[in-house]
Amino acid sequence: MNHLDDLPPWAAILVAVLVLLGALLAFVGSLGLLRLKNFYKRVHAPTLGTTLGTFFMLAASITCFSVLHGRPIFYEILIGVFLTLTTPITLMLLVRAALYRDREEGSADVPQAMPHE
Amino acid sequence: MSHSLLGAAVIVAQVLLLLAMSFSIIRMARGPRAQDRVLALDALYVNAMLLLTIGIRTGSLLYVEAGLIIALLGFAGTVALSKFLMRGQVIE
Amino acid sequence: MIRRWLPYPILSALLLLIWLLLNQSVAPGTILLGALLGIALAKVFGLLRPPKAHVHNYRLLGLLFLRVVYDIVRSNIAVARIILRRDSRMQSGFAAIPLTLTDHYGLAVLACIITSTPGTIWVSYDSGANILLIHVLDLVDEADWIDTIKQRYERPLLEIFQ
Repeated sequence: MNHLDDLPPWAAILVAVLVLLGALLAFVGSLGLLRLKNFYKRVHAPTLGTTLGTFFMLAASITCFSVLHGRPIFYEILIGVFLTLTTPITLMLLVRAALYRDREEGSADVPQAMPHE
Repeated sequence: MSHSLLGAAVIVAQVLLLLAMSFSIIRMARGPRAQDRVLALDALYVNAMLLLTIGIRTGSLLYVEAGLIIALLGFAGTVALSKFLMRGQVIE
Repeated sequence: MIRRWLPYPILSALLLLIWLLLNQSVAPGTILLGALLGIALAKVFGLLRPPKAHVHNYRLLGLLFLRVVYDIVRSNIAVARIILRRDSRMQSGFAAIPLTLTDHYGLAVLACIITSTPGTIWVSYDSGANILLIHVLDLVDEADWIDTIKQRYERPLLEIFQ
């Protein structure tokens, strides 16, 4: 890992903290996927990884490569923009699908269909 | 000093993300319902993408590109699967 | 003339910007190709005949964005705490919210805000009765949540889009 030695100490510490925070949030999100009891609770968990988790990770990456190359590199922002745009769509579709399936089965845990959905 | 700290932090982060991926895989295997599995697959994609974004360790920007492609495939895959769950077919 | 070739100038500019970022260069050839792509794709977008959006208050839009970022950070911490604590008393459930907002773009933004914030998710929307159904991870008091969504997000969106 010799290229990392080119980073000044302040940047190394900043990147280390950001990487750890991002990984920790993604980890807690997936832990929630495992721990929470039903589907509608579980659906909330992965958003930790896709919001702040991704933000910290991309911030770490941007800091690291910008300092290494000596010029600002914002390339990673694209991942962030793409993820912020797509995550709500996938989650909403998935919840609608789950709700539809539960209603088809006549489950009592979900609210009944409204007339103009 | 600060560089060995960074090296350790990157390794810890990678282990955390690998654990996160294995949690998603466990949830995918356990189900119990199809929507749980699709949700777990989506989370697996996101964690894999984050793991690749730490191309910091190798210093190569190429990994970021791979991460972008994974995010794209994950989105298309999850949307298609949700559509399938709702209607029983992907293209109507 | 300009309207004909550039029906959506902001969209074209954004596409050009994304192209430049992807290629990581500002060489004349890249800019030319990016501009061509931006104009062509914006024209294709026009074929979908999207309804026109009217943003009345850009300053409020910026303020709303900052508020949403703050809320996302706060609820990230809250949801992480719920997961780590393994609190079995935690009640989650659906909440039905009567809305006054009817603008399509306003509703789309509201959907993105609610779903992006950990702990709440947009479930479905009844366009006839204008009732929104959301699922909340930590539902202590339904009336409290209805009030929060209406005051914090719907009110600024009403001012921005309607």
